Amino acid sequence: MPIVYIDDKEVHLQQHERLNGIQAAARAGVQIPYYCWHPGLSVVASCRMCLVECGKRDPQTGQISMLPKLVPACQTPATDGTVFLTNSDRVREARAMVEEDLLLRHPIDCPICDKAGECRLQDYHFLHGRGQRRADIKPFTSRKRSLGPTITLFVDRCIMCSRCVRFCREIAGTSELMVVNRGAHEEIDVFPGFPLSNKLAGNVVDLCPVGALADKDFLYRQRVWYLKSHPHVCAGCSTGCSIYVDQNQDRIWRLRPRENPHVNQWWMCDEGRYGWKYVHDPNRITAPCRRQEGQLKCIDWDTVWADLETQLPSVGGWTAVLSPFQTVEEAYLLAELVRSVDPDATIAVGPIPSQGRDERFPNGFTIRAEKCPNRIGVQTLAGQLQGELLSWEELKSRWKSQPPEGGLWIAGGYPASPWQSDDVEVARRARLLVVQELFPSALGAVADYRLPAAAFVEREGSYVNVHHRLQVFQWAIRPPRGVYHDGHIYWKLLGRPGLYRSAPVLQEVAERFLAFAAAKGEIPDVGVDLRIVQLAEPAETVMTSINSA
Amino acid sequence: MQENDPNIRWVDESPLSARERLYLPLFFEGLTTTLRHLGRSLAGKVVTVSYPDQEPKIDAPLIYRGVHRLNRDEQGRVKCVACFLCATACPAHCIDIVAAESPWPDREKYPESFTIDELRCIYCGMCEEACPVDAIELTSLYNLTGRSREEMIFDKEKLLSVYDQTKDKEPMRSQRQSTGSYAAEHNRK
Repeated sequence: MPIVYIDDKEVHLQQHERLNGIQAAARAGVQIPYYCWHPGLSVVASCRMCLVECGKRDPQTGQISMLPKLVPACQTPATDGTVFLTNSDRVREARAMVEEDLLLRHPIDCPICDKAGECRLQDYHFLHGRGQRRADIKPFTSRKRSLGPTITLFVDRCIMCSRCVRFCREIAGTSELMVVNRGAHEEIDVFPGFPLSNKLAGNVVDLCPVGALADKDFLYRQRVWYLKSHPHVCAGCSTGCSIYVDQNQDRIWRLRPRENPHVNQWWMCDEGRYGWKYVHDPNRITAPCRRQEGQLKCIDWDTVWADLETQLPSVGGWTAVLSPFQTVEEAYLLAELVRSVDPDATIAVGPIPSQGRDERFPNGFTIRAEKCPNRIGVQTLAGQLQGELLSWEELKSRWKSQPPEGGLWIAGGYPASPWQSDDVEVARRARLLVVQELFPSALGAVADYRLPAAAFVEREGSYVNVHHRLQVFQWAIRPPRGVYHDGHIYWKLLGRPGLYRSAPVLQEVAERFLAFAAAKGEIPDVGVDLRIVQLAEPAETVMTSINSA
Repeated sequence: MQENDPNIRWVDESPLSARERLYLPLFFEGLTTTLRHLGRSLAGKVVTVSYPDQEPKIDAPLIYRGVHRLNRDEQGRVKCVACFLCATACPAHCIDIVAAESPWPDREKYPESFTIDELRCIYCGMCEEACPVDAIELTSLYNLTGRSREEMIFDKEKLLSVYDQTKDKEPMRSQRQSTGSYAAEHNRK
């Protein structure tokens, strides 16, 4: 087993692991500073911030021979017997010199720079820089130019790490960005007439270690230290990227990708990144409504609870239409709700919004045509509950021939209304129609009860992406006043004690259904593959879960 | 800040002397101050000001912490660069700023709106300390009144008008000798 020596610590690597000095040092709990290196991009070793002393230990004699010069840790493979000195005087001096050089022409406008607070240059200067400025120039302003519809470049803030350039070449594959000029005049730029407009462009802002690349959507809006980050899952398409929702006082300000090697690696697309705007749309439904004398009238929630408690059992013949925007837990509770009043209730899955075709980028990142986060989750659940999967189209054709007798509960959360006119015609034949939706639609207009739905950032639970990976998350912001998320509504109507929490419900689902057995216990941040259980679990566990189901 | 920063000098608290450890000498030393003030006020030298019939005299208006003002630069524009540092430093969370791209070429950012809830403010002066461009300052205006809560939420125009009102009497910090020396001078008098 290869052993790498970091300062006075030993790091044992796996036999075929290929790590560089930075990664090996991180294993030992030593942080080597770096700007240009990124685990998802090629190595250029241009910033020289990760310079360390490096040597080789002879396995026979135990003697260490050091290299005379400092080497960049990002470019040095950590092989058996490699020795890295990360905190010697020479290394510290080298870091201070790099910092001093970078700050020669970097404007010291931190108070008005949007990156301040999450800026590598700022952090490393405090950790590794000199206390005093020796240069006699004190730049304060930066030139600024637009690189594309969403990105602004602050030219003088750039430290030429070239991460953004490499990203456009290697990940997006569109190569819009380039380095122009030479030496001290180097700048990032685009070719005239070819703006930075690919669908992954927003990632360059996250990649930029300083405040050079800024998102026009976020620029000047908030200081980063006001934002609270919540791990979440993007609901833009069925890829289900791991994201952070950055919010302040229940208002989203930006979404950022969260590293997840199984789903999105380090990236997310602009569609998802800017796809949260509807959450704060003033047209959202924020009060429950009841049909009275042919008109929808807003009522308070106490009336809703009392009404539905009496009406749900009396109507009978229920059908629940699960929404692919619901979490697994919410969908399960809705199914439980209708099954509790009608044990033979039909469970169907609502329309699956789709747009265009799958878009695949050179590194494998894919934007799916299926614009909903949890189709697999609700379909699996519906299939397990019913034995066969009933899609919205099938349900509709069934009802066209034989009009529904009982109640119909249609769950929502669709950012754009998916309902056709014939959907509305079919649905209004139900004896009692309950519709949950974000925005007023033709379907909601014919409902007996129209309840406000929650947006994805307000939900808690788990989504199952297109590769059957289940990821759990908590709510990031509270819904607008007057809106309850689905979990709360079903929990209340089911008469279960206490408040809705998603984790115990998921455990219940995992206990009951074999397809969700992998979700048992603690779920890691990167999620679990639901298919894994059938292969990896010992036979007895599988048998018990079959029996209990 | 790092603990091993060479620019930081770490100082230990000096040990208590025998006199300090005895407690009573210092106790009586403090008590004499009280008694001295008592004597002065009995002799009629310290007088309570009967406000509002009588206006108190602000001895040091430049270091007084009254109503805020937003300073203007030479061209009459608001000096503020909307960096949010005052709002960050504010312990009462009474400052609300909406930043936008500035319409002037020499500046990147400016406050589209800048409001201070004067009712919520505790007049601690932290905003003034935090400001990197001397844009927000506290004036010596102390008698702040209003008929409604809304009236006491000062917007950018109102704060700039406070500057216009007070700029002659109280110059901006950057245009006067440091307040430290001013205070020292004042104490000497």
